[in-house]
Amino acid sequence: MTAALRFDPIRLPEKCEQLRKEVRAFLADEIAAGTFDPHKPNREDTDAPEFSRRVGAKGWLGMTWPKKYGGQERSFLERYVVTEEMRVANAPTRRFFVADRQSGPVLLKYAPEHIKMEILPRICRGEICFAIGMSEPNSGSDLFAAKTRATKTDGGYLINGTKIWTSSAHIADYMIAIFRTSQPTKENRRHGLTQFLVKMKQPGIKVNPIGQITGQYEFNEVVFTDHFIPDDHVLGEVDGAWKQATSELAYERSGPERFLETYYVLTELVRAVGPNPDTRSAEGIGRLVAQLHTMRRMSVSVAGMLEAGKEPVVEASIVKDIGTVWEQQLPHRVRDLAAFVEETATNRETLERQLDFAIKTAPKLTIQGGTTEVLRGIIARGLGLR
Amino acid sequence: MAESDNIVVETAEKIFADLADPQTINNDKTNSWQAPLWQALSEAGLPLSWVPDDLGGSGASLADGFALLNAAGRFAVAVPLAETMLAGWLLAQAKITSPDGEMTVLPASPKDRITIDADGALSGRSRGVPFARAAKHFAVLAHGKEGVSIALVDASKARIESGLNVGYDHSDTVTLDKVQPVSIKAAPKGVDQTHLMLMGGVTRSLQIAGALESMLDISVRYSNERVAFEKKISKFQAVQHNLARLAGESAAALAAATSAADAIANAKSFNDEVYLEAASAKIRCAEAAEKGGGIAHQVHGAIGFTMEHILHRYSLRALAWRDDFGSESYWAVELGKLVANRGADELWPLVASR
Repeated sequence: MTAALRFDPIRLPEKCEQLRKEVRAFLADEIAAGTFDPHKPNREDTDAPEFSRRVGAKGWLGMTWPKKYGGQERSFLERYVVTEEMRVANAPTRRFFVADRQSGPVLLKYAPEHIKMEILPRICRGEICFAIGMSEPNSGSDLFAAKTRATKTDGGYLINGTKIWTSSAHIADYMIAIFRTSQPTKENRRHGLTQFLVKMKQPGIKVNPIGQITGQYEFNEVVFTDHFIPDDHVLGEVDGAWKQATSELAYERSGPERFLETYYVLTELVRAVGPNPDTRSAEGIGRLVAQLHTMRRMSVSVAGMLEAGKEPVVEASIVKDIGTVWEQQLPHRVRDLAAFVEETATNRETLERQLDFAIKTAPKLTIQGGTTEVLRGIIARGLGLR
Repeated sequence: MAESDNIVVETAEKIFADLADPQTINNDKTNSWQAPLWQALSEAGLPLSWVPDDLGGSGASLADGFALLNAAGRFAVAVPLAETMLAGWLLAQAKITSPDGEMTVLPASPKDRITIDADGALSGRSRGVPFARAAKHFAVLAHGKEGVSIALVDASKARIESGLNVGYDHSDTVTLDKVQPVSIKAAPKGVDQTHLMLMGGVTRSLQIAGALESMLDISVRYSNERVAFEKKISKFQAVQHNLARLAGESAAALAAATSAADAIANAKSFNDEVYLEAASAKIRCAEAAEKGGGIAHQVHGAIGFTMEHILHRYSLRALAWRDDFGSESYWAVELGKLVANRGADELWPLVASR
């Protein structure tokens, strides 16, 4: 049983370290050019289309995909390095990140060939943005409860209903969504959901903004009224999306983005404390760094499992559970320690501004990508408890 | 698990299963299990795993020895196996031949110091020395005018005040008062008290991680047996979530400890990167012992609080091991100082270097 919970201490190969240098140099140039401020995670310009194209031009989008679709056929571990360096630098990845991590792999697996040839190279070039349409009003983690209907019509489907909590729908070119194509059966409650590729900015789709408590605007409500989707935009099996959607969630769960979202406050705390910390600050920093290091070792290990073609569902859930709890607690622990930072610390204002934003960000971290409760259910199943 | 291709671990697990079954040990009030277990471990060459053949040992790799310590943690065996391994490793650094029998290392705390007098005798006090009373010899790291030396000391020459740690294992205060060592040699470059403490810390981390693996196993098993409110308690969502957290703590401890062991086994020197690994392992494993042990007891209810039950063999020992070779608070302060001293912009490069 515990055999499933071993995280082998794999190390990133040398070619990853070379790539890391390239990414750092690229980001340093972007920062110098004023594309973004690494000290401002709460910037308003998180939708940075030109930056996306430059990242695409570097070959850092769709890195693991086949070359015929614009990919680079590089390893998951190389992609891992790019992701973590972007995250640590607070780079504006909003426009391309979902497509790169999640939507692209779904299309690779389930889309018809002509759609792959049309869309995947554009993702790789950083030209298009994706949203994910899973949650609905009254159905978040409970995907079975999704009600938005796709009704068969000539040459396609008509969509009616509402998706909600849809990040980036207001800037997205496409959405991969699940809709109800038939009712669940008595034998299979999971039956009747189908995955579709939705072209946004078309008739019958209305995107309504939902403000967040951070003051940012990222979530949306997406209302479908007789929106037409052609037959060749069905992804995978009609009525069989349940398994597709759950395997898609595995992409969401163990990457560096799952423990680094509030990392910046730790860097600024170290800066504010200075080179000769008092005992209390030193101990606080040491504990946080030990936890960060452990999280990262686990996350890298899962990336190694993915690279080896394994399906580390339980391991990824553990990384996300521990990782999001950690990134949620981090701003509060840093706040505790920052209470004793000298008033004269040069970055005091930056630290306070970051803490304000991170503390407001924290409540969502254990919800997105599967709530902590759902993840613990998955882990419990892995332990043979259900 | 990796054990299947590791002959050292396979041998040890077979001996533990035959002679150190936790339930049997728990029921034995006279400790009659200890002598046959030690004899079997010794005959298999395990206590001197880290000592090369020409210095009296069995010459296993650092990696195999670390895997053996993790297995010892899974059985929570209370014989000085880890301590003798560490002592043999330390002596081997100075090419001193290891004697037969139980050993332990001095100092066992980063703040204690053993000094070398002008006439070559050793003096000083070391607290919290595991199994000092059971040891026939001590491997001692000592400071003299010429720098750091490593010495082999006959345990009967020392003054030993008995103590017990939280897990009811011997944790003694050893005082050396102008004791002439059996043998003493200069330590090679790079082997100093910090190095010894981090080796000891990673040793304890692997044992804690092993104990947590066993706590998870027996807690899951118990939750599938115990019925309350007409259901197996494993069917209650609150219990499932607690066990999921225990699995997370166990996995984090094992990941931190095995990563540190791998780092040391492959390191050319004890640089900042290896320091990060080793110190982090002790900090994270100690935290996991507290959180994970708490959950294991919660799942077991009052029965886990009794001496008759085996849970305490793991939970109390994991808590006790936090204190040896520097507590997590000590290492957190030291790691925090190192990070602060390198500066904010060097934190991520340090973490990403591993």
